[in-house]
Amino acid sequence: MSTGVAKEKSMIIQKEMIAQLSKELSMAKDTGKKVVYTFVPGNISELILSFDMLPVYPEINALQSGMRKKSEGFIRGAEKHGHSEDVCTYVKCDVGMMLAGNIGPNGETVPPPDLLLLSYTGCFTFMKWFETLERLYPGVPVALLHTPYQEAGHITPEMTAYMVKQLKEEVIPKMEKVSGKKYDEEKLKMHLRNSSKVEESIIKIFDSTKNRPSPIDAYFAGVYYIGPINNGFRGTSEAVDYYDELYKEIMVRVQKGLGPITPEGEIEEERFRLVVEGPPNWTHFREFWKLFYDMGAVIVASSYTKVGGVYDMGFRVNPDKPLESLAEYCMNCYTNLNLNQRVDLLSNCITKFHADGFLVNSIKSCNSFSAGQLMIMQQLERKLEIPVGFIESDLVDPRYFSYSNIKNRLESFFQMLEQRKLMVK
Amino acid sequence: MKKYYLGIDLGSTTSKAIIIDDDDNIIGRGITNTRANYTVATEIARLEAIYNARFSLLKMKLGDEITSKPEYNRYIQDLESVFQYLQFKRRLDRLNVQFIDTIESSFQDEKKLAVSGYIEHIVNTIEPAIKDEYMNSNLGGKNQFFRDIVSEKFNKELNFIDKNYFEPLMMVYDKSIISAENELTEYDFKELIFQSMELLNDKYAGLENTSSEHSNVQFDNELNLLKGNYKVIYDSLKDHISFVANMDIHITNMVGTGYGRALLPFPEKSIRSEILCHAFGAHAIFPKTKTVLDIGGQDTKAIQVDSHGLVTSFHMNDRCAAGCGRYLGYIADEFNISLNELGPLAMEATNEVNICSTCTVFAAAEIRELTNVGQKRSDILAGLHRAIVMRAMSLLARSGGVRNEFTFTGGVARNQAVLKYVSELVYKNYGNDIKINIHTDSIFMGALGGAMFARRSAGN
Repeated sequence: MSTGVAKEKSMIIQKEMIAQLSKELSMAKDTGKKVVYTFVPGNISELILSFDMLPVYPEINALQSGMRKKSEGFIRGAEKHGHSEDVCTYVKCDVGMMLAGNIGPNGETVPPPDLLLLSYTGCFTFMKWFETLERLYPGVPVALLHTPYQEAGHITPEMTAYMVKQLKEEVIPKMEKVSGKKYDEEKLKMHLRNSSKVEESIIKIFDSTKNRPSPIDAYFAGVYYIGPINNGFRGTSEAVDYYDELYKEIMVRVQKGLGPITPEGEIEEERFRLVVEGPPNWTHFREFWKLFYDMGAVIVASSYTKVGGVYDMGFRVNPDKPLESLAEYCMNCYTNLNLNQRVDLLSNCITKFHADGFLVNSIKSCNSFSAGQLMIMQQLERKLEIPVGFIESDLVDPRYFSYSNIKNRLESFFQMLEQRKLMVK
Repeated sequence: MKKYYLGIDLGSTTSKAIIIDDDDNIIGRGITNTRANYTVATEIARLEAIYNARFSLLKMKLGDEITSKPEYNRYIQDLESVFQYLQFKRRLDRLNVQFIDTIESSFQDEKKLAVSGYIEHIVNTIEPAIKDEYMNSNLGGKNQFFRDIVSEKFNKELNFIDKNYFEPLMMVYDKSIISAENELTEYDFKELIFQSMELLNDKYAGLENTSSEHSNVQFDNELNLLKGNYKVIYDSLKDHISFVANMDIHITNMVGTGYGRALLPFPEKSIRSEILCHAFGAHAIFPKTKTVLDIGGQDTKAIQVDSHGLVTSFHMNDRCAAGCGRYLGYIADEFNISLNELGPLAMEATNEVNICSTCTVFAAAEIRELTNVGQKRSDILAGLHRAIVMRAMSLLARSGGVRNEFTFTGGVARNQAVLKYVSELVYKNYGNDIKINIHTDSIFMGALGGAMFARRSAGN
């Protein structure tokens, strides 16, 4: 593995973007900007931005607290407050942070919400989470945007109409009231045009893993790549520029035949290509990643990078139909797909990116991902005759990350892949 | 020179070694439950496997003679048992020295004298009893470890001793057994085997004096054949035994697996995951295997394999070791019986109790409660065995279910009660057409897989 990791331009741009947003949020009280708390899956940030409001994503705060080793204390705080051990650890981390003064992971104060936009997309916990926040921030209005599950595996016109109705009758009126501004459809369309460009870039970026070696890791680095679009910059020109730059950098890597960048340099030999299902563990993110790159394992596709939007099944926002686009965007999020759709999506990834194996990281406290994972795994094993692996950890509760257990299972999994390769030879 | 391959499986409870030849035939098995570090455990298991291999090679060398002459077979079987006794005796002598050291450093004056007296009495009582079992009841063939054999006898003797000395004597025992069993005792095979032959001669000479009413001898045809014939057999086997004792068993390549594998002083390419080894071993013995269940000391593995023995998926218990071998060990301690007695007792159940908890610690609380309300020990044990198997069944379901054929491996597969419930529940959940495979070497499957990998990767 080569040493000395030079920061690529896109990394610097992203860091500045996120720092700028944190700054703006910390000054919201002074600037008078209104703050909307909402979720990553189905984040209709374009609409929030069209009202000149600032978005806050509690899951992002939680995962960043996890990465910065602050989540354990917050989780204990929430448990002391009465939350059970089995509650989603994103929720407990967020509640704990709020109870401890709402100082964000980067040390900036996170302002309290002026509106709780509950875009309920495939995760029932979201509803309970905002019920809790509603009690913790008495008097703050809640706008519920219920996203119908793709039970039958497709979106019907009635489902879209149902969502558009909610946007018109519930979400937009509340946003108008909170922001004191009228709904501006032209402004929304402008943001959606940016989103549309970003969606195209994202598809090209994640398609780059079809190269050998893959120029990127679509899971461990992938979670950074989806940062801007899922953390406040959906629909912005900054996001368009960021993804253009990122794509350019990746293309340079492809031309040079370079493998993915890791915290310890470039992977020089790509030994295994994997598709991974489930969120990563955040509290031991580096150690977790190292278990893969030390073995030359590269993730060529992951479901988690599709959590804030799925674009590889054909969906794109259409700026000419803004509210319908927002509705369909929400309904197309990964956790809103039924299990057969998830199997098809992952199956396509395995085939398209020539993966050697499929791995599930099952998250103790995440129902929306964990439900059906074993079925998905078994169907893929039978359908594609591909080796499959299963490990368990948690999002941000370090008590549920067992390094030796995970290492033991991954070693077996990689040896399974190796053995198969030898047999094929 | 013939080539041999070694597989070492360092489990959480036992360490196993297997030696195979170029045709994947198992020629040596070694196992230890020492609680010493993995380096000592590896060495003990490896040496055991080499001793055992010499006996296998002897049988192979004699080939047809053994088949046509049952007395030869019996002689070698007896010889191996006596050989194991002599190994046992060396360790018991070592333990005795340790007893003296412990007493010396722990007691004074009268108490020291009294404790020494009791210990001497116990050792002098259990040693001949154990010798008799090795010489006449094939104790060596019963797969019992040094610690288990001594503990059982020692505890029994304690019952007949002044209760005021129970605690001090237990303290002496606990302190001494750990150092004694953690020590690597090397033996000179040749020396020990010839001593064994001399002891056997004495045993067979003793048979000359047994009357025809002595039922054990009367109905033991093989032994009767040896009765007046042992000197001839001794003379004809002596050279063969000497040849095998002098043979250089050259280990061409070795592979380590199991929990302690990372600690083995082997190069990285010689370390394999226990999942692969167990599957490979099970598939080698039963080539139609599709699903493997392995219940070991602290983990249970459900493994799916393809027609080549390659693993396609696996599941292991992650956060709790209830349902594994250690659980049984804990239960045995709760009942104050040996691990080997658990299964047979559970098989005596007439009214199996439902044990709800599969948490090891909570199960102990349930046992006490059930005992208090008068439930029979065998019925409780049956419930506990069923509870373990229920957990294994859940793991199997998670891994994709039981596919035909199903091979059950690991130390726990030796337990008849576990076997009973595994069969019952596999048939119930997956149909009576499932073929269930169990092998007498089930505990060695991981080591066997390791040895097979070693053979395949030799020279790479």
